[in-house]
Amino acid sequence: MKPARLSLVWLGAGVAAVAVALVLGVSLGPVSLPPFEVAKQLLGFDTGLSQLEVGIITQIRLPRVLLGLIVGAMLALAGGCFQGVFRNPLADPYLLGIAAGAGLGATTAIAMRADQAIIPIVAFLGAMVSAALTYLLGQGRNLILAGVAVSSFLAAVQTYVLQRNVDTIREVYSWLLGRLDTHGYREINLLLPYALIATIVVLALRRELDALSVGDAEAASLGLHPQRSRLILLTAAALGTAAAVAVSGLIGFVGIIVPHIVRLLAGGSYRSILPLSVLFGAAFLALVDLAARTLVAPGELPIGVVTAFFGAPFFVLVLRVTRTVSL
Amino acid sequence: MRRRLLATTLAVAVLGAAMGCGTTTEGTTSQSSAPNGYPQKIVSLSASATEMLFAMGAGPQVVAVDEYSNYPAGVPKTNLSGFTPNAEAIAAKTPDLVVLSDDSKGIVAQLNNLKIKTQLVPAAKTIDDTYRQIKELGDVTGHAKEAETLNRKIKDDLAALVKDVPKRDKPLTYFYELDPALYTATSKTFIGSLFTTAGLVNVADAADPSSTGYPKMSAEALIKANPDMVFLADTVMGETPDKVKARPGWSGVTAVAKGQIVTLDSDIASRWGPRVVDLMRAIVAAVRQAQ
Repeated sequence: MKPARLSLVWLGAGVAAVAVALVLGVSLGPVSLPPFEVAKQLLGFDTGLSQLEVGIITQIRLPRVLLGLIVGAMLALAGGCFQGVFRNPLADPYLLGIAAGAGLGATTAIAMRADQAIIPIVAFLGAMVSAALTYLLGQGRNLILAGVAVSSFLAAVQTYVLQRNVDTIREVYSWLLGRLDTHGYREINLLLPYALIATIVVLALRRELDALSVGDAEAASLGLHPQRSRLILLTAAALGTAAAVAVSGLIGFVGIIVPHIVRLLAGGSYRSILPLSVLFGAAFLALVDLAARTLVAPGELPIGVVTAFFGAPFFVLVLRVTRTVSL
Repeated sequence: MRRRLLATTLAVAVLGAAMGCGTTTEGTTSQSSAPNGYPQKIVSLSASATEMLFAMGAGPQVVAVDEYSNYPAGVPKTNLSGFTPNAEAIAAKTPDLVVLSDDSKGIVAQLNNLKIKTQLVPAAKTIDDTYRQIKELGDVTGHAKEAETLNRKIKDDLAALVKDVPKRDKPLTYFYELDPALYTATSKTFIGSLFTTAGLVNVADAADPSSTGYPKMSAEALIKANPDMVFLADTVMGETPDKVKARPGWSGVTAVAKGQIVTLDSDIASRWGPRVVDLMRAIVAAVRQAQ
């Protein structure tokens, strides 16, 4: 059994990973700019860069890297949280119908020709409504199965809406495949408050999650309130996921693999899994996005495709070299 | 202020061009009665084909068109779908010819089993595809002569418009926006070929090494490419020149700085029928205004 406490070594490694992702993310891109000049520009010094290049760095590249960091952190945190609450290694942030609800919201908004700025808000509402619906239907029974039912139903409605509005199919798909395109800092401003709330709440309850992952009876015997903790954790994680999905569409796999990799490397306690998931999830998504926007430059790959393409083999590699998985 | 004035003038010019041509295109429609021995009940499931049929005077033979066919005014619009065609619903119109752009879900075989003739008019890749499809439609509907006249008129109109494009030492570059996520069409596409004819250079060609024709351009690369003009085919999604100007990081782009952001009618821009002339007129008008 590895130590339950968060080790300083892994914490340092996580912070370093985020720093590396941030530096690489802003230094590299489809347009090659001298990294030293980029650094000077971001630190507020005068540079010889043109107005166009300054715009690229401050208005396109930096917000995109930051959004990647926040979305990655959110998805990994929510994944770790759901896996603990449900004691299910396959639980992911899109459980509870969040993806389907957000997808239906976004599809409907796009089909109704809503303004670009409205789409994330409608997606967010869809995600929250479907999560609440799942909770009400599955309360006291099986939340995961209720989530599956709600998801299937909403996916059917979404397909219907799409079918009735095939002329908007391209935009819907570009949303469904995940995107970290930013409109300046609009997406970040939208996401950040929810991300902060979710992170603070989930991290504050990480001990309760350790107890819950053993079992309700054990948790109760430790003087905790398993039902109440579970509800708070679920709400916080659902809120964070919904906000992330609303601005970035569906980015699969981060929420599954990052918490598992962290668990395999740094031990099975949620006291370390959750904070490390935040750090490594952030670094992972920002780096994968770097690949998405440079591999076929000046074109671009959908981020949702790249996360699984790099994530799955890496996950298998970690699985092979560490041999045991314990939840 | 001047920029706004310019944009307004441009919009009016484009609108005027579109309306002006609408009448000229319809002017070629001779109200010839349906020729004997040819289909009398045509169903068109493609908006482009509908426009071709009506422009060559086959309109009176058309009994039903699909949900997206909206031109010319008064077409017999129904809720039939060309994307998810339903053989029963089509057969209920008792057509003797069905014109469609895609053979989705094996619809051609299903209709042929019902002894209904079909004519495919797939999305054109070049303007020659348009001419060929108009000729084929003319042949099968009994309007071969009118089809030939129509083709000649389109050719002449396009040539006259292109002749008006002022010569430049350095060709103008452009970006064609299909949606706000910067999906675009390269010069390898039908629409791109029209811009090439008008002397414009596409900035997205490099973003499409596998020649799909419709890549997604990265925002950074687009700003760096610095197009002289931006054409918006996504106004139905709420995009406007003002919104493009307000996009963070775009202020230094020539098209933004000079106010050379042109809105296109997305119906006209996504079809390959006789109204390519209207599209070319809008492009040429914008190019003539560009600095």
